[in-house]
Amino acid sequence: MRARRLAAAVLALAFAALSQAAPALAVQPDEILKDPVLEARARAISAELRCLVCQNQSIDDSDAPLARDLRLIVREKLTKGASDAEIRTFLVDRYGEFVLLRPPFNAGTALLWLGPFAVLIGGAAVVWANARRRRPAAPSALTDEEKRELEEVAGR
Amino acid sequence: MIVEAGHYALVLAFALSLVLAVVPMWGAAARDPALMAVARPAAFAMLVMVALSYGALTWAYVGSDFSVMNVVQNSHSMKPLAYKISGVWANHEGSMLLWVLILALFAGLVAARGGRMPARLLSNVLAVQGAVAAAFLLFILTTSNPFARVAPAPFEGDGLNPILQDPGLAIHPPLLYLGYVGFSIAFSFAVGALIEGRIDAVWARFVRPWTLTAWCFLTLGIAMGSYWAYYELGWGGWWFWDPVENASLMPWLAGTALLHSTVVMEKRDALKVWTMLLSILAFSLSLIGTFLVRSGVLTSVHSFASDPARGVFILAILVVFIGGALTLFAWRAPVLRQGGVFAPVSREGALVLNNLLLATACATVFVGTLYPLALEAVTGWWSPDNPSKISVGAPFFNATFLPLAFPLMLAIPFGQSLAWKRGDLLGVAQRLAFAIAVGVVVAIVILALTVGGPVLAPVGVGLGVYLILGSATEIATRAWRRGAGLGVMLRRAAGLPRSAWGTALSHAGVGVTVIGIAATAWGVESIVTLQPGQSTRLGDYTVTLEAVTPRNGPDYRETVARLRVTRDGQSLGVLEPGKRVMVGRSMPTSEAGLMTLGLGQVYASVGEIEPNAAGLRLYWKPMVLLIWLGAVVMALGGGLSLLDRRARIGAPAPARAAVPAPAE
Repeated sequence: MRARRLAAAVLALAFAALSQAAPALAVQPDEILKDPVLEARARAISAELRCLVCQNQSIDDSDAPLARDLRLIVREKLTKGASDAEIRTFLVDRYGEFVLLRPPFNAGTALLWLGPFAVLIGGAAVVWANARRRRPAAPSALTDEEKRELEEVAGR
Repeated sequence: MIVEAGHYALVLAFALSLVLAVVPMWGAAARDPALMAVARPAAFAMLVMVALSYGALTWAYVGSDFSVMNVVQNSHSMKPLAYKISGVWANHEGSMLLWVLILALFAGLVAARGGRMPARLLSNVLAVQGAVAAAFLLFILTTSNPFARVAPAPFEGDGLNPILQDPGLAIHPPLLYLGYVGFSIAFSFAVGALIEGRIDAVWARFVRPWTLTAWCFLTLGIAMGSYWAYYELGWGGWWFWDPVENASLMPWLAGTALLHSTVVMEKRDALKVWTMLLSILAFSLSLIGTFLVRSGVLTSVHSFASDPARGVFILAILVVFIGGALTLFAWRAPVLRQGGVFAPVSREGALVLNNLLLATACATVFVGTLYPLALEAVTGWWSPDNPSKISVGAPFFNATFLPLAFPLMLAIPFGQSLAWKRGDLLGVAQRLAFAIAVGVVVAIVILALTVGGPVLAPVGVGLGVYLILGSATEIATRAWRRGAGLGVMLRRAAGLPRSAWGTALSHAGVGVTVIGIAATAWGVESIVTLQPGQSTRLGDYTVTLEAVTPRNGPDYRETVARLRVTRDGQSLGVLEPGKRVMVGRSMPTSEAGLMTLGLGQVYASVGEIEPNAAGLRLYWKPMVLLIWLGAVVMALGGGLSLLDRRARIGAPAPARAAVPAPAE
């Protein structure tokens, strides 16, 4: 596992310069699968996989050679009949969870996925508690005198 | 000589900022008018010194003075003049100088307009502003000196990164910084008022125009950056959830919340504690954004500086200012007396909901952006051999951000129509019935017409229509009068306060952007290799490669693919995307070709390009311009609101305070 990470890091260094300076084509015409359904699946999977040597780009957007390799792997597996989940598992086994742009829900990412809900619920609770504490008094009905004045002001 | 003068001016500015930070605050505490009177001249003098310094650096760039390291590294004598000027802020040192220039500019503006402000508040506000300036001036002087000389001076500079050599770059960072740094005023007002311990509706009235100004610039800056990335980075996306984009989105979300909570504070003297906290947070997030970008702690497309000494320095600034402000807040907040009470269903209640959702959205972006860093640090400390590395990308943000944005947008027309204190939800729903009905009908009709197509897109268009009509309804309702003629109503509409028009316009702008975003789902993409003479279909259009031609520009050479776009045999024009190599650089960049047709665009970029074949990525992007037009409309609404009588005149003078404000 460690050696693989190291290899990935070396690769990253090697390609970083390349990927940074030359944004160009991502998916190349020669990569596209003949079957439009499979190709659509390939695009959807690619959009959620990180180009490991780039800065915050999916392999679908990146023109780095490694991203191209990954795109080809995804398409090769798809044509052999692999499911989306199988392809993702294969890549996670190879490159770690770092490759997934949508992190899976587990102990390490529980805070990430639940954090927004916790903030929303916590914020709502504070608002609710505040509103309860300082509920405004119910307005008393207008007296006849006030109603008359109001009509006058409203010009009716 | 001028370069040394610029450096010296920067040192003087630092000395002045220390005076500004210390003397007026002391004066305010001791109630000494003489010491407090130092605040305004010191702020002006600091602005003049920073401006001189900035001018000196610009002078070095314009004259291509290659004895200055910064100019050597980022300029080239053959660069067009406009890019020599904008090149000043296209690098770490220069952009930090621009940052401080804008900070000093805002301090100067507050000083110039501060005649009506209570003396102690003005002194404290300017002192806090001075303290922030002092920290960043020291940062520039010690770690990022743009005036460092190099000997022997080379004959030619290295040139500017070609991606950055673009009109978009000339506008984007200054707009963004005017927004980022503009929030420093709200921060200084909050800290100044917390020190003084006096916070009321008058405070809100003074601070609101500044927040609104900053917000308008930040909105434009983000939109400009998004459009720049769209046409310059060459893959046609307009928002990537890149850490640097997130760094600008977080202050925007907090600033938007602040804008709305300040309204409540100004009108009803409520939400004081929360408004103070938001004022501190909006600028804190700007500082964090600066830290994230400048320290290089997050690797992303934008980070062009990664020096640990700088990172640690900015981190220290963060800790001192954010930590200090929050400590002051925690100490003072409990003594703030809450003002007006309100029912849950009321304008105030709606604005609380707005703040809750915006704050949660902001927290979501914050957590998502920093989580990978935090997780790696924590697990690395736990097991140094095997730290957890994860990626948090667009799929996460889309999954968490959009569910928050949707209810927020549904609530906008209700919020602006509800009455203060106690609203009538059913009555408002009746008034909005037309907007709701049209929105729903539009969504259903489009859904029926595009069966099998994307489902969320028609819903989004319906939502956008509802937002626009909802805003129009608010104006119409306020202008409407039983039995009055059309002319009377139009006059009444024209007579509405400008802030009412501004609010409606900004909210309609949100609707415009939503429609643009929704329509991206109907985009068409075609990835092909064409030989000269060959064509391909792109939605309703046909794109033909006419020729592949080499060309020379003033400081670059490029190979362009000449593409003719036709519809039903009618030629619509020519696109020329290409690969460009700048003088002094070897790496080619991709230049996208864009053709605007109505509100949509045909977008083309090239990959492999040879004389007899071009690999092309072509898009038809329907209504894509609405995304940015909507943002411009939002900012225009903010600008209109700034022209309101209330903002122009500021708080009423004490003598006139007894006169009741006209009902709005």
